[in-house]
Amino acid sequence: MDNARTLRILIAKPGLDGHDRGARVIARAFRDAGFEVIYTGCHQSPEQIVNTALQEDVDLIGLSILSGAHGYSFPRIMQLLEEHDARDISVIGGGIFPLGDIPKLKALGIREIFEPGAKLQDIISWVRSNIKPRQPMVA
Amino acid sequence: MGKKMLPEAALERLEKEYKDWQSEYRKALQKMPERLEKFSTVSDLEVKELYTPLDLQEKDFHEEIGFPGQFPFTRGVQPTMYRARLWTMRMFAGLGTAEDTNKRFHYLINHGETGLSTAFDFPTLMGYDTGSPLALGECGKCGVAIDTIEDMQKLFTGINLQEVTTSMTINPPASILWAMYIANAENEGFQRKNLGGTIQNDCLKEFIAQKTLMLPPDPSLRLVVDTVEFGAREVPRWNTISISGYHIREAGSTAAQELAFTVYDGITYVEESIKRGLKVDDFAGRLSFFWNSHIDFFEEIAKMRAARRLWARIMRDRFKAQNPRSMMMRFHTQTAGCSLTSQEPYNNIIRTTTEALAAILGGTQSLHTNSLDEVYMIPSEEAVLIALRTQQILGEECGVANVIDPLAGSYFVEALTNRMEEEAVQYIRKLDELGGMVAAIERDYPQMEIADAAYHYQEQVERGEKVIIGVNKFPSDRPELEFILQMDEGLEEGQIERVSRFKEKRDKVKLQKAMDNLRKRCEGPPSWENNVMPALIDAVRAGATEQECCDLYREVFGTYTDPGSF
Repeated sequence: MDNARTLRILIAKPGLDGHDRGARVIARAFRDAGFEVIYTGCHQSPEQIVNTALQEDVDLIGLSILSGAHGYSFPRIMQLLEEHDARDISVIGGGIFPLGDIPKLKALGIREIFEPGAKLQDIISWVRSNIKPRQPMVA
Repeated sequence: MGKKMLPEAALERLEKEYKDWQSEYRKALQKMPERLEKFSTVSDLEVKELYTPLDLQEKDFHEEIGFPGQFPFTRGVQPTMYRARLWTMRMFAGLGTAEDTNKRFHYLINHGETGLSTAFDFPTLMGYDTGSPLALGECGKCGVAIDTIEDMQKLFTGINLQEVTTSMTINPPASILWAMYIANAENEGFQRKNLGGTIQNDCLKEFIAQKTLMLPPDPSLRLVVDTVEFGAREVPRWNTISISGYHIREAGSTAAQELAFTVYDGITYVEESIKRGLKVDDFAGRLSFFWNSHIDFFEEIAKMRAARRLWARIMRDRFKAQNPRSMMMRFHTQTAGCSLTSQEPYNNIIRTTTEALAAILGGTQSLHTNSLDEVYMIPSEEAVLIALRTQQILGEECGVANVIDPLAGSYFVEALTNRMEEEAVQYIRKLDELGGMVAAIERDYPQMEIADAAYHYQEQVERGEKVIIGVNKFPSDRPELEFILQMDEGLEEGQIERVSRFKEKRDKVKLQKAMDNLRKRCEGPPSWENNVMPALIDAVRAGATEQECCDLYREVFGTYTDPGSF
């Protein structure tokens, strides 16, 4: 598959958090930047998020959370990706995190964390330079 | 003021002098141009360089402005306003367990807070007990975990529930938490007719903005009307709905959208209650409102003054209310959480102060001021004290509460007040055309209007057209704060254990009987005989948990999930 394929991105809101302003803004910005975007709305369990990512064959999952419950949902999502042999799907996070939690999230394999104040253009540039379309599973 | 206040000759003179002044202004700009390409509010409403009586010439003082405590209430709902009593200082508080939050309540009361406001955690807001698989990791994080009447008892220990009024920010499960509050207060020896407070109970804005979603719109409205009906009959001092613009604004709406969608939600609750057979004057006086006070000072003051006038006219003209109390828009205000920055967080004190001042000059009945660290998490004691002190300093040192509606008559403020009302009236017309708010929600109309406004604002920030100090101008990194609230690691486990011990002690037969009665009422046609409130009070007294009641609701009424449009 050629690298010029459009990136497919899942924007997801794990847990019971309803603060969806950031998720909807970044979903629209990614779409306007030419990516294919899937947004599944609020209140997604880690299982739902990973299932959607697999079914939709995405290259990147963007998790948006402002409730402080990332300590449960982020590791669980990474674990589920591992279990489905899908660690080549990249994961990034956006929202509010205690400073001390950010290195811990990166240690789980979360590629980048974007905090409030991050510019849409910077996030888009980061995705363009760091995320490549996944290789097809079939040999 | 205006045509009816100015004789024709004076008006002509003013028009001429204004034109002369404008040419002088333009000449001066050739030497030094305006510092911005466009001057607009945070909602991107363009403002002129100067306002004069010419901007108000079509308006009549008596019809538009009038006197405090009199129709159309532009100048405030009470004749005395803050001359008699300051607004209620009501800090939104909730953290960890019921005991943790009770401690915070006492801390705030001991420092001069005058009303309570409860923040629940996400599982409580969404109708799940702490032990639910869907609630993992959320316990006590964004508020207090309340699963049972025992938690409710601990939450209000040592507080005189007939003296202090309590607000509870709870929506789909509002009837259940209110039942727990009433049952607990009665267990403690208070009478329900003497209880004063507010449940947010505004299901429509959940679909539009806040997204604590549980049931579809129609059964959600049925439960809201049950509480309105029960309150009118049995708990007459209780505000059964706090019709909320706050969350609509936080989701990114403009001030005019916040005003219009919220007032239209109010119209919908009134219509639904009348359909139930209630008389407008029997319940409308207990409807309250909740505004966001955002960073654009005059826009907020204008919005609040326009809101009172708009509501008074709607209640008089659309619903033929007779009692002036039904026409009075009483409201709570919270400063804008979304205006706070995690960069240079001490600047948040200045933002909150400005927003609080706007709420005061807008004539709010109660106020929450955000803490500087609220941008990260539930505030620390140190930060919450600064936020409370902000209100006290504004109220008692600065003289801003000494004169009623001091900005009335400002050409700019009155013109902006008129503009806010006009913009809201246009949206209301559009919502009428769409067939009402439920139909509009089903078409994603208010949701997408808000999403468009949020995106537009973000683009303006990125282009530097809207300035946020410390973020897009003088950018700065987020520091470590010197104080930060530490949460107990064993919180969730402890709460799960407590609930499971509580459940073991329940009288299973009594509980089943109460739940059967609740189910029968839910399944029956909406009416006073099928009002859920009496059955809920029995059920929670018999030990029903919040989730058990919500699961019953979900079984009978079905569920609603976020469509996820963007």
